[in-house]
Amino acid sequence: MSDNIFAPLAEEDGTLARLHARLAATAEREGVLDVAYRTLDTPVGSLLLAATEQGLVRVAFSVQDHEAVLVKLATAVSPRVLEAPARLDQVAHQLDEYFGGKRDRFTVPLDLRLATGFRRAVVEHLPHIRYGGTESYAQVAAAAGSPKAVRAVGTACALNPVPVVVPCHRVVRSDGSMGGYAGGPDAKRTLLTLEAA
Amino acid sequence: MEPFERVVERHGAMVLRVVRAVLGPVDAEDAWSETFLAAMRAYPDLDDSANVEAWLVTIAHRKAIDVTRARARAPMPSAQLPERPSRTGRPDDWDADLWHALESLPDKQRAAVAYHYLAGLPYKEIAEITGGSTDAARRAAADGMKALRARYDTAGKSHV
Repeated sequence: MSDNIFAPLAEEDGTLARLHARLAATAEREGVLDVAYRTLDTPVGSLLLAATEQGLVRVAFSVQDHEAVLVKLATAVSPRVLEAPARLDQVAHQLDEYFGGKRDRFTVPLDLRLATGFRRAVVEHLPHIRYGGTESYAQVAAAAGSPKAVRAVGTACALNPVPVVVPCHRVVRSDGSMGGYAGGPDAKRTLLTLEAA
Repeated sequence: MEPFERVVERHGAMVLRVVRAVLGPVDAEDAWSETFLAAMRAYPDLDDSANVEAWLVTIAHRKAIDVTRARARAPMPSAQLPERPSRTGRPDDWDADLWHALESLPDKQRAAVAYHYLAGLPYKEIAEITGGSTDAARRAAADGMKALRARYDTAGKSHV
C-alpha cells in the first residue's frame, strides 16, 4: 500500500478466515464448490483429502506434494477448488477410526473419475482384498481380468487416486516383499503393520 | 489453471480493503462474499492471460453498485456503525472517521482512489471499470486523495 492513510482498512485477525469459511459454505449451497479439500494428520503423515459433489476423488500423501496435486485436480476436474473441510468430515472421521484400529472398511462415496480403463478395473477390485490380508500383483491382474498385466497393476496401484481408503497397500510382490507405494515404503509398512495387529 | 483457493488466498485481503473503502464497514463483508462467489462461478472461463486483480475489482465494482442501489431503495433505519472489536486497542480503530471522509467523496473519486491506491490498478484499467477516460480516472484519484487528506489525517482526526 502506498499510503498509510488506508491502514485502518486492513483486515483484523481472523476476518479473512471467517469470510473464507462463509464463502466455502455458500459455494457448497449454491453448487459452485466443484472440489472441496482439507488435510488430515495421520500416522502416515499429512493426507490431502479432496471430494467432488459425487464423492472422494483424491487422497494424497505429503511426499506427493499437496500443492502439485491440487493444481492437477484444478486441471483434471475443475479449478473451482476451495479448502472446505465440511464435505470431508465423514471420511476424516472414518480415517481417524481406521488409524485407531477401530475400523476395517470405508463406507464413503467415491468419485473414481481419475482412474480409467484397466486402472479403474484394478481400483475397483482393491476393496475386495480383506483388511489384514494381501494379494500379489499377479493375483490382482487376474482378478481385474488381465492375468498378464502384472506390471500394469503396479502402475495402477501407484496411480490409485484414493490410497488408504482404497487399499492398494494390500498389494505386495509374489515373493512376499512389500513392493512400491505412492506414500513411500514406510507408509506402506505402517499400514500393513496396523492391519496385522 | 490455478485452484481458486489460491486466488482467494492471494487477493482476499486486497478485495476486503477495496470494498471497505468503497462501501464502508456495514456492507463490506457482504460485498466481499458476493464478489468471491461470483468470481468462483466465472473462474473456469477466465482467460489465462487476464489480470486477476482487475477482474476481481471489476466484479467488486458491480457488487458495490448493487449494494448502493439496494441501500438507496431501502434506507437503513440507523446510520450507526456497528460495534467492532478494536484491532490495536486504539479507540479509533475501524476508523469511523476514515470512512466518513471516504463517504463524503463523490462515488467516482472514491472508486478511483480505492482501485488505484488499494488495488494497485493502473488508470487505464480503472477507466475501463468505472467508465470515462484514463485522464478522468487519474484526475478523480488525485482529486479524491486531495480531498481525503484535507478531511482526514493519519493521526485519526477528522475535519469533516
